[in-house]
Amino acid sequence: MSDVEDRVRKIVVEHLGVEEDKVTESASFIDDLGADSLDTVELVMAFEEEFGIEIPDDAAETIQTFGDAVKYIKEAT
Amino acid sequence: MSAGLMDGKRGLIMGLANDKSIAWGIARSLAGAGAELAFSYQGEALKKRVEPLAKELGSDIVLPCDVSDMASVDTLFADLKDRWGGLDFVVHAIGFSDKNELRGRYVDTSRDNFLMSMDISVYSFTAVVKRAAAMMNAGGSCLTLTYYGAERVMPHYNVMGVAKAALEASVRYMAEDLGKDGIRVNAISAGPIKTLAASGIGDFRYILKWNEYNSPLRRNVTTEDVGKSALYLLSDLGSGTTGEVLHVDAGYHVVGMKAVDAPDIEK
Repeated sequence: MSDVEDRVRKIVVEHLGVEEDKVTESASFIDDLGADSLDTVELVMAFEEEFGIEIPDDAAETIQTFGDAVKYIKEAT
Repeated sequence: MSAGLMDGKRGLIMGLANDKSIAWGIARSLAGAGAELAFSYQGEALKKRVEPLAKELGSDIVLPCDVSDMASVDTLFADLKDRWGGLDFVVHAIGFSDKNELRGRYVDTSRDNFLMSMDISVYSFTAVVKRAAAMMNAGGSCLTLTYYGAERVMPHYNVMGVAKAALEASVRYMAEDLGKDGIRVNAISAGPIKTLAASGIGDFRYILKWNEYNSPLRRNVTTEDVGKSALYLLSDLGSGTTGEVLHVDAGYHVVGMKAVDAPDIEK
């Protein structure tokens, strides 16, 4: 497990208050982890802060699952 | 430093979303000075965010309000009146526009979004102040939030700049209307802060960098900075100030040109 995955998982677990083992690669923030539309914006803001990157709106819209987030952040850092 | 400044004062905070909100910086500053707070929220998604934050500041008064619905605004103030009888201050941290129009050209703004932006971002403060003032004695204070995009053209701010200009004008007119009753109406023009609302504005990181490099204080402001200035305007410290737009922007509004020492920013 990579460092990026650990850090992203920690943010997701803390923000959405879900069990760590629910945060699988294909887990959808909205459908599987109970996020609402504001949560998804807040998660993207938290990723930006944690990794010092900017995630533009059109990219943010493609980040639907935990795996999407990890992949995007790995490419951006 | 400010302990006790707001002892015995009660006020309503409208527009809190999360712990990044400017309204949160203001609420913390007021609570720290002894104020008793109530909060309003719009919709369930915000309710579940506001409730724990309110609790953190010792408040269990968390009430729904849709500012585009006057019946809802009436209900909010009727509820507050039942609980408190009177009111000492109100903080309005509410604005809205279709984020698809917070990029590109202002001139392309649709009529529907223009009217909605003006309704939610401008008229709502007038509607709130009217009802709040009816519950206030002399010494009451009303505060809203604005941005320098009201005075000068900012990239992407578009219809919100036009709405904020109208909001600032409304502050002046209401200061006159309510000044006779000893009630003050002011605005804080905060520098850019990365809030949930700001996430709708294009190129926000670029805007933050630009302000950091070019403001006289060479930094961005925080919600704590805004909270401290809000405390001044909402407490007796601001007793002689009304109709004012106070810039809490690290001085950016006095700058006429890029700072010589400011690095270029890659977009």
